[in-house]
Amino acid sequence: MPEQNQYSWPPSADRSYIGSRMGRVDGLAKASGHAKYTYDYNPKGLLYGAFVRCPHAHARITSIDTSAAESMRGVKAVEIVQKPGSEIHWAGDEVVAIAAIDEPTVRDAVRAVKVEYQELPHLVLDAKEPPRDIPPDTSPLGVDDLEGMFSNQVPSNQIIKEIKERGISFKPEEVPLDRIPPEIANAIKSAQQKPSEKKKVPSWYKPAAAETQGDPAGAFQGADTVVSEGVYGLPVIVHCCLESHGAVSEWTDSEHLLVHASTQFVSGIPGQMAEGLGIPAANIRAVQQNIGGGFGSKFAPDRWGIYSAKLSKKAGGAPVKMMLSRAEELEVAGCRPSAYARVRVAAKKDGTLTAWDSFGWGTGGPGGGGSPPIPYLIRDRVPNYRTQWTAVVNNIGPARAWRAPNHPQACLITMAALDDLAHKLGMDPLKFFEKNAELTGSRASIYRDEFPIADQLMGWSKRWHPRGDSTKGPIKRGLGMSMHTWGGRGHQSECDLTIQPDGSVTIKMGTQDLGTGTRTAIMAIAADTLGLTPPQITLLYGDTAYPMSGGSGGSTTIGGVSSTTRRAAVDARDALFGKVAPALGATPEQLEAAKGQIRVKGNASKGLSWKDACAKMGAVPINAHGKNLGGRDPLMNSGVGGVQMADVSVDTETGIVRVNKMVAVQDCGLVVSLETAESQCYGALIMGISYALYEEKVMDSTTGRMLNPNMEFYRLAGIGDLGELVVHMMVNKYDSRGVIGLGEPPVVSPGAAISNAVANAIGVRVPFLPLTPPRVLAALEESRKGTAA
Amino acid sequence: MNNFEYASPTSVEQAVALLSSTWGESEILAGGTDLLGRMKDYVSTPKRLINIKKLPGLHAISKENGGLRIGALVTLDRIPESSDIRKNYAALAECVAEAASPQIRNMATIGGNLCQRPRCWYFRNGMGLMPKNSEGKSLVAEGDNRYHAILGNDGPAYFVTPSTIAPMLLALNARVRLIGPGGPREIALENFFRVPHSEDEREHNLQANEILTDILVPAAGSGMRAANYEVRQKAAFDWPLVTAAAVLHMSGNTVQNARVVMGAVAPVPWLSSEAAEAVTGKAIDEETAAAAGRAAVSKARALSENGYKIQIAAVAVKRALLAASGQPVPNVFAQGGAA
Ligand SMILES: Cc1cc2nc3c(=O)[nH]c(=O)nc-3n(C[C@H](O)[C@H](O)[C@H](O)COP(=O)(O)OP(=O)(O)OC[C@H]3O[C@@H](n4cnc5c(N)ncnc54)[C@H](O)[C@@H]3O)c2cc1C
Repeated sequence: MPEQNQYSWPPSADRSYIGSRMGRVDGLAKASGHAKYTYDYNPKGLLYGAFVRCPHAHARITSIDTSAAESMRGVKAVEIVQKPGSEIHWAGDEVVAIAAIDEPTVRDAVRAVKVEYQELPHLVLDAKEPPRDIPPDTSPLGVDDLEGMFSNQVPSNQIIKEIKERGISFKPEEVPLDRIPPEIANAIKSAQQKPSEKKKVPSWYKPAAAETQGDPAGAFQGADTVVSEGVYGLPVIVHCCLESHGAVSEWTDSEHLLVHASTQFVSGIPGQMAEGLGIPAANIRAVQQNIGGGFGSKFAPDRWGIYSAKLSKKAGGAPVKMMLSRAEELEVAGCRPSAYARVRVAAKKDGTLTAWDSFGWGTGGPGGGGSPPIPYLIRDRVPNYRTQWTAVVNNIGPARAWRAPNHPQACLITMAALDDLAHKLGMDPLKFFEKNAELTGSRASIYRDEFPIADQLMGWSKRWHPRGDSTKGPIKRGLGMSMHTWGGRGHQSECDLTIQPDGSVTIKMGTQDLGTGTRTAIMAIAADTLGLTPPQITLLYGDTAYPMSGGSGGSTTIGGVSSTTRRAAVDARDALFGKVAPALGATPEQLEAAKGQIRVKGNASKGLSWKDACAKMGAVPINAHGKNLGGRDPLMNSGVGGVQMADVSVDTETGIVRVNKMVAVQDCGLVVSLETAESQCYGALIMGISYALYEEKVMDSTTGRMLNPNMEFYRLAGIGDLGELVVHMMVNKYDSRGVIGLGEPPVVSPGAAISNAVANAIGVRVPFLPLTPPRVLAALEESRKGTAA
Repeated sequence: MNNFEYASPTSVEQAVALLSSTWGESEILAGGTDLLGRMKDYVSTPKRLINIKKLPGLHAISKENGGLRIGALVTLDRIPESSDIRKNYAALAECVAEAASPQIRNMATIGGNLCQRPRCWYFRNGMGLMPKNSEGKSLVAEGDNRYHAILGNDGPAYFVTPSTIAPMLLALNARVRLIGPGGPREIALENFFRVPHSEDEREHNLQANEILTDILVPAAGSGMRAANYEVRQKAAFDWPLVTAAAVLHMSGNTVQNARVVMGAVAPVPWLSSEAAEAVTGKAIDEETAAAAGRAAVSKARALSENGYKIQIAAVAVKRALLAASGQPVPNVFAQGGAA
């Protein structure tokens, strides 16, 4: 067995599957409809669950009467989710849960429940610039504040800062210290305890203190300085998972629960459900074979998970399916926080970026939300900056991580502002970004490698024109670009790899494949390590009966499962070498596993077929447990670089934008599975085109309700809206860095690249995404007025 | 969905007798692509459904008086498949082929298409067709009306007519045949649609116990030129922001007579006499077409969020006229690919 940190990836000459374009191992099952999703699980005696939901955006429940529903024929269980007196913070929040024998009955029962509310004032809009004179909240943090920050993914350092500065109004024991990140738990333990203060003026706005570096005021002056100003932003959008959220729960006996959940975190489901159900987590088994999208919104069991179990219990253990309808999915299953900012940026006339100043705001729902890392990529190195951020606390719905949390927002605001600055400087943005690449720090060399590739694939240098396509006619064409990064270090993950004496191989891992190609990657690594082909290996996954794996979020899965698989496979293989070596008259170190053989390195004639080799094991199988080393693991790494370019056409008479072509050049360290890696980028580009052109959670200000909880007016790009998508993975370039996650990064740039391309086409910035006809036409109108004046 | 009675009559008389004379009590079920969605969302809660698909004589496309008779139960997919329609009413064929998606066109009937209810997001979210706030003000006027009416919007109706086919049929001067307890009647399609003034009224002139049986399209005539132009955000399967249908009767290059109808701009398909007048007696070129576009929206009035629709409605009319007269129109979706 190698020393813990001496595992390595096989050299490229020894890779048959790793890095290859091997097809998806589950491709046929998915294409043919054999792949089963949570929604497809329909055991005998299945009951259907549904929620009574609050129709108001902000209200207090005054009374609940479930009697009519309870006495309806076919209704099997009713549970109050939120009691009278509870405050509701968004329309659609769950109040009562019901299970019945079929879907029509449960929907009728839901309508038979009478709930009375006291309506409270609500706010569901957020694009309006907040006043600047609201003092930051300095009152000590309550438990609610803390929960709000967690559910809104406020970055840890920001939470710690607030705890230090504001103190806390609760005792540390009041929060589950063992379940929150240790650095935050420590901050809580050492925080100053203060009496709780009544919030002075209730306000929709929560400003954070300004952050500065260098001399942001002075840096905007000087004869050699060019300053560009603008407003940029993007609204709240939703995840719109094609398989909605939900679970099917059933009690296999009075103490044991089986849950089929649509989840990004199979291993984490029992721990998150146990407390609410009053049973040990060990008594809960969670399973999931396939999932139709999560994008960051499916880590928790959520109320639908917990209440499917509670209803099942009440109904004598019968399976209860709680899957959200399309409307529910869009209304309550997660929002991506909005972000808007008024920005000033400055550069020297030669294009050297010198200063950034921004006043930003946005909402993540009732908790306000975290602030995006502005200015994006360059924050650590731009000599002068000041950033201010005001969180808008509103009733639009709960924020959840949305593929690359905070990055698309920060990227749009930054890259659009920089693109405007390049225009003001009279520079080609590609030259401008090249010139300032050093400001991105350690990734500068990656971007420098990628720029010329993107340039060539898009034909940028040949085709780029200064702002405003001068071609005759209403249709204008333009190019835009952007760049991005993401961490993506592998999560904790474990597996068992067993080689049986008959040569069969099984891997058991509690991970999940979000459609990203996790299974294919695991197979590629195991096959290359053992010298086998993927069909010779059985992979069992998606079950808490198997060794744990972390949640599939933050692009952490590929690193985690790859390292773990490699480790287990190397150990198992080396153990097998030990058993086979005597028969080959060699030492174990002299052996290799290749082409279905165990043989003396480089000598095909001195070997045994895999099957014959395994027969040397006797009756005892070989089992190896794989477990990666987290932050110290040399097989994986973090921090990728990507560059994207967009080519768009804009009909300046109708405001319709069409993406003609997108180019994505992407690094992710060692590429484990080329085809599925490319697929990640294609998917990200499609998702990016959707949020750049169409997506918006449209709210009615009077009723506080979402107006487009459907796929007619919550538009997603269709095949005809995509243009040509070109993906270039940086293969064989950064292999030595190890495996790095890829799920999030390619979705960060499309909004910015497309916005910049539209500006290049029509000669004027459309400040906010999505780039819809009203916004495009308004920007054109503004600029006409500007030129006329 | 609430429980309901279901009847499947085999004669028009039976069907009419089964229908209630009060709106909301009973509903006619044709393809169901609109009605069933509304029922599942409790937007419509009829006590009785009358399936009309077994009624004889409503399934055919045939010739009548030199023109066209389309039975109300003809599904949308069949219209562009008809060689007669493709030859003599190509613009109608194209317009129907663009509607909805293939799956929906296979189910949706042309009669149901004309009788479908608005897609207004207040209506479809169960707030009513003319929803009001606690002070009696229109939720639509006070709220997000980006897709709402710019014409015929004096209130309380602000929704827009959903059918993307009705404007073309109306421009073709189509008539509809209806049958009720008092027997059949025939009216011009432009009189079929109307702006309702209360929740109890419908967007058309049908009585609650009348059935639309046929659509009659007059003979095309050799000088007829027609085109439909839709402004859609997406390349396919998307409700247009605005549509315009233009039917011209030409003598040489000169317009003798024109009918221009806009869709999705008003609670009814909007017949614009202003646009027609602007081109009558003239040749169609960029300038006359643009002038007609401006004329078409001369009486338009923006709500708080839909001013852009005035601009694109004018453009849609201009482009429909240019296309009808055989001139190329810009197509942002056709650019495609790398240069
Ligand atoms: C996703 C989607 C996209 C769509 N896109 C488009 C589009 O782009 N363009 C477009 O034009 N339409 C579009 N539609 C609407 C579609 O064309 C209509 O739903 C369809 O034409 C209705 O016909 P149906 O036979 O299914 O009617 P049904 O749903 O059966 O009935 C619709 C209504 O008309 C009444 N009705 C039906 N037939 C008669 C009759 N003969 N006499 C009296 N009343 C009658 C019914 O009582 C009911 O109220 C779309 C629909 C969907 C769901």
